[in-house]
Formats: sequence, C-alpha cells, structure tokens
Amino acid sequence: MRSHHDMGGLEAGPVVPSEHDYAPWEKRVDALMMLLSARGLLKVDELRRNIEAIGPEAYDRMSYYERWITSITQTLLQRGVLTSDELGRRMEEMKARHAAEQAQ
Amino acid sequence: MSGPATDAIPARFKPGDRVTVREAYPLGHLRTPFYARGATGVVERLCGAFANPEELAFNRPGLPAQPLYRVRFRQAELWADYRGPARDTIEIEIYQHWLEAAP
Repeated sequence: MRSHHDMGGLEAGPVVPSEHDYAPWEKRVDALMMLLSARGLLKVDELRRNIEAIGPEAYDRMSYYERWITSITQTLLQRGVLTSDELGRRMEEMKARHAAEQAQ
Repeated sequence: MSGPATDAIPARFKPGDRVTVREAYPLGHLRTPFYARGATGVVERLCGAFANPEELAFNRPGLPAQPLYRVRFRQAELWADYRGPARDTIEIEIYQHWLEAAP
C-alpha cells in the first residue's frame, strides 16, 4: 500500500514557487522542535512519522508548519509528556483569553 | 551520526554490486520510496552506518546501525513510460535491510 505522503512519481501538476515571510507562530513552532529535540523529548524521525500519519485530506490542506505542530503534539501525547485533557483545557483557556482581549 | 563500528551491522554490498530493492509494503515508517520497490540498480557508494530511522521513528534505539547505500537506477527501470535519454539515472539512498543481491 502506498502511503499518502509517498507521492514520488505521481502526477502533481506544475510546481508553483511561492515565498513568504514566516509568521511569528511559525518561528515558535520551529523553536519548539529544536528545544524538544535538544532535551530528548522528540526525534526528527518521530516528527516525520506523525506527519505521515496525518489523514490525506488534512495533509493536503495543512501548511508546512501546521503539519509540524500537529506532529509535535501527537509525539508529546504518545510519549506521555502531555495528556489530551491538559491540552484540551489549555486550548479552551487560550480561546477564552483571546476572546476577552478582542472584546476590550 | 555514523554508528560505532562495534555496533553496526556489517556491510553486505560494495560499489558496483547490483542490488534489488525488496518489494515489501509493511505498515510503519518506511524510508524506501514506493516507486523504487522491486527495482534493480547498482551500488554507487556506501554512505556509512546509521541508527535505523524506521525504529527511531517509534522512539526505539534503532541499533545496531544499518549500512546505508547510495544506489543508482536507470530512470527507465523506475518509470515504464520514461521518454528521456537511456543514460538518465537517479540515485536513492537506501538502507541495507531493504536490499537484496541481484542476479
């Protein structure tokens, strides 16, 4: 079975080069990856494996660093560094804080 | 990150040897592209021995280290409808456990 990411040789249409400045959150994702690697909490091969595990529809829709943060999160869940409950609650907190800031 | 010689699997192939990529489709994290499986090429060089990334991907040590080769294939060997010159080649880095001696 061919995995979705393993697309070498398939028709892909023309390559459209596009450059953009990295958004602050993208730089933070990169820094997070570096720090987690340095502390032995994530291997680059795990990052790749979890990127490849993203469902085909989401894989195609996500940007480069969206795939990274998804994969980093999965790895930390698998390693027991985070729990889904912690993550869910923290995301709710952030959402509420953001909404409060917008309301001001 | 070459593995220490004491903890590396001995190299079975040398430059010039003809090798066939195993036609295997297991689950897991695989470092051999789909399109190269089953193809026959020639060892161009031994790159060294490295912890097996297919194991590292599951946070296991991946030791003893696996020899990694750069293998040269004729494009026409990989793509049935290849229309470029017959001399065109592609080189792919492949771990030893994916390779068998070709007749």
